[in-house]
Amino acid sequence: MTTTHEEPPVTATTPVPGERAGEPVIEMRDISITFGSVRALDRVSLRLLPGEVHALMGENGAGKSTLIKALTGVYSIDSGTIVVAGEEHAFATPAAAQAAGISTVYQEVNLVPNLTVAENMLLGREPRRLGGINVRGMNRRARETLDRLGLDIDPSSTLGDHPIAVQQLVAIARAVDVEARVLILDEPTSSLDADEVAKLFEVMRRLREDGVAIVFVSHFLDQIYEIADRMTILRNGRLVEERMVADTTQLELVQLMIGRELEVLDRLDHEHTRTSTDGPPVLKAIGLSRKGSLEATDLSLYDGEVVGVAGLLGSGRTELARLLFGADTADHGSLEIRSSRRRLRSPRHAIDRKIAFSSEDRKAEGVIGDLTVADNMMLALQASRGWLRPIPQAVRNRLVGEYIEALDIRPADPQALMRNLSGGNQQKVLLARWLITEPEVLILDEPTRGIDIGAKAQIQAKVAELARRGMSVVFISAELEEVLRLSDRVVVMRDRRKIAERPNDDVSVSDILEIIAGHGGTPSARTEEESSRD
Amino acid sequence: MTDTLTPPEAGRRTASPVRGPRLVARLLASPLLWPVMALVVLLVVNVVATPSFLDVRLQDGHLYGNVVDIARNSAPVLLVALGMTLVIATRGIDLSVGAIAAIAGAVACTRIVGAGDEGAAATAIMACTVALAICVLLGLWNGFLVSVVGIQPIIATLVLMVAGRGLAMLVTDGQITTVNNDTFSNLASGFVLGLPLAFLVAVAMVAVTGVLTRRTALGMLIEAVGINPEASRLAGVRSRTIIWTVYVFGAVCAGLAGVIIAANTNSVNANSLGLWIELDAILAVVIGGTALTGGRFSLLGTVVGALFITTLARTIPNIGIPSEANYLFKAMVVVAVCLIQSPRARAVLRVRRTAPVARKGNPA
Repeated sequence: MTTTHEEPPVTATTPVPGERAGEPVIEMRDISITFGSVRALDRVSLRLLPGEVHALMGENGAGKSTLIKALTGVYSIDSGTIVVAGEEHAFATPAAAQAAGISTVYQEVNLVPNLTVAENMLLGREPRRLGGINVRGMNRRARETLDRLGLDIDPSSTLGDHPIAVQQLVAIARAVDVEARVLILDEPTSSLDADEVAKLFEVMRRLREDGVAIVFVSHFLDQIYEIADRMTILRNGRLVEERMVADTTQLELVQLMIGRELEVLDRLDHEHTRTSTDGPPVLKAIGLSRKGSLEATDLSLYDGEVVGVAGLLGSGRTELARLLFGADTADHGSLEIRSSRRRLRSPRHAIDRKIAFSSEDRKAEGVIGDLTVADNMMLALQASRGWLRPIPQAVRNRLVGEYIEALDIRPADPQALMRNLSGGNQQKVLLARWLITEPEVLILDEPTRGIDIGAKAQIQAKVAELARRGMSVVFISAELEEVLRLSDRVVVMRDRRKIAERPNDDVSVSDILEIIAGHGGTPSARTEEESSRD
Repeated sequence: MTDTLTPPEAGRRTASPVRGPRLVARLLASPLLWPVMALVVLLVVNVVATPSFLDVRLQDGHLYGNVVDIARNSAPVLLVALGMTLVIATRGIDLSVGAIAAIAGAVACTRIVGAGDEGAAATAIMACTVALAICVLLGLWNGFLVSVVGIQPIIATLVLMVAGRGLAMLVTDGQITTVNNDTFSNLASGFVLGLPLAFLVAVAMVAVTGVLTRRTALGMLIEAVGINPEASRLAGVRSRTIIWTVYVFGAVCAGLAGVIIAANTNSVNANSLGLWIELDAILAVVIGGTALTGGRFSLLGTVVGALFITTLARTIPNIGIPSEANYLFKAMVVVAVCLIQSPRARAVLRVRRTAPVARKGNPA
């Protein structure tokens, strides 16, 4: 039982047969969950064997989190069975799942920063003595658990004094202390650096040797190949396949996850580099500045052109976008729209002048969660018409239907509540919201952040298509490859000002990094300093 | 009334036509289910206590009976709650509605008393118009504090809640003003087509509001602002105008309620007119299923909530609760209704009943 992670290879295409060395600790069979009209899971099965690291793979919105929450009793299942150690179970609460030995560590650390490490590890089950808490016993027990995991952390130190990575490890230690038979790690590595990941993997290997079944969710494929034994791949709420990691190439895995070839991205690469800087610019910023967010900046944007903005967090890229849209008002400088001077006092003014802006903060500044997809799409157009002139139902249905199809929004249900959609689909709805207003200038701030690769490719393809049809796009992204793939011209920002502007004919990622770095300090050092500013 | 309101509400939430079992399923899933159930239970309690409770008889071409009284008495709360629904939908709250009602009543009564021809219909109409016009100003003040100055709604409207009673006292010189005008008193006690005029006025306001919010885009924009103000601003929604509008609308509704209350007694006491009506209105909104956190609202729910509150007031003497226990009883009933509506409380009850059934949550 203890060595099942070294199990015999299984045929790659068919689901693995039931008989094997270790009986599954957990077997989820044909699990379905529906939220409103959204089928989040459709007859998905998952088997966890003792002593294995099992990767749960899929794009955003594939159903990974839902499956985990079904297992841990956060959501109830509509149909299907969960068998734990041979017995059928349905956990009504996360506490019930925990009592059955299923522990979960989420991406964000859910601990109390101003308590000690030991207090956090034993919160709610402190050893008692004479009606009080046995502090010494608590520290001793915490130490034992930490030692077992090979962690050198002082149990009596305050949790908040440790870096996030250590806090994450404490969260795992806490989970393990509950005699976990199943440990679920939901994107534990997203905020860790390489050394910290190595430390985490060491702990995971120890637990695997102890026979714990570990569910591991990560977007980093290299990590999956380093640590995972087996994987279950989900797509669109359905089970694609269960596979041995060793028998699957990365290319195969990506194809299984997104269900189609990655040719969209490749095709884009051969397409850009059209620059038509003749004629007057559609949008021109002259010395635009705002105290504390942007130094005087010039920018011209021509018809049918994609201008990429590259820069680190805090470089002024978002601030520039907000000034161009009137989301913030400029202190100095001016804007010319089609050669006439304008002052944008609010987003409304910008929208009336055919400028659209999709914010980097999708959740706080884009999504209206409790309204339907259709309402969310129509919002900007309706707002600019005013409430007295509602968009006729027929026009509304036609537009919403068109964009759901054109952008491949799922579920393809105009009445689905926006908050039930995955990040990538929400982003597409927001893109549709602006395209429906038929803008001449489209400002996209990190439109592909945190969304899956399929949706990303679709959004990139759409941007390229829009520019071909004459729309001017300002494309901001932290991913330099993406900026270079799409842009006709690249603006590099740093320290709240534009430091370079290049036509994108022969620019490479390292060129841009050099430009950013060339202005003093190394990029990485800057990142840290600048992110602390926020 | 339901005819005017149902289509837009229903059309927004469901796409396809519904028949047979699906209709039942839809009714069971309707957010109106629990408020309506609570109202029905309350009526049943009354019928058990007084078997003739629901009797309605026709006399002199008017309908008489407890139910008709409840409808008539519900008008002020219904009106105030109607305005409150839209205010709450934008994440706001308006505590000043009771004071506004007092000001409206005071202005209407003093205008009538001060007029040359105290008994004329034109006098009453003029007086009410002036009163409502003043309410528009008061609503503009509230809206200004909330949407322009940016004061939290609960504090901003607290200003007028306190100062408004003082204003009303100034208008009436601290006296209880009594009026003698048939047109005015008909507003509260008159009947049209056999139904109480006050109730018809309230229902007409609900219908107009229903059309204004659901047949235009106002409802969607109000909800958008209530759910995510910043996202709405960036989408070009003029949230300032919308917030301002709902406070003005709320004040006018409150003013109408104040005039009806004054007409009911043919007098105005600035100290007591509409006292605590804001709390009844907020309760009606909440019982009707509109969350205090803003966003989606239900006008029909508010109607049911207001009817519930009024029926409750009638129930207390009817089932023989001693008047000293009046408020306590009301509080307990309200707590019970809120518990029934809370999905979490229902889940607890369900789990107790049928062993391990998991809780249904929403995706985060």
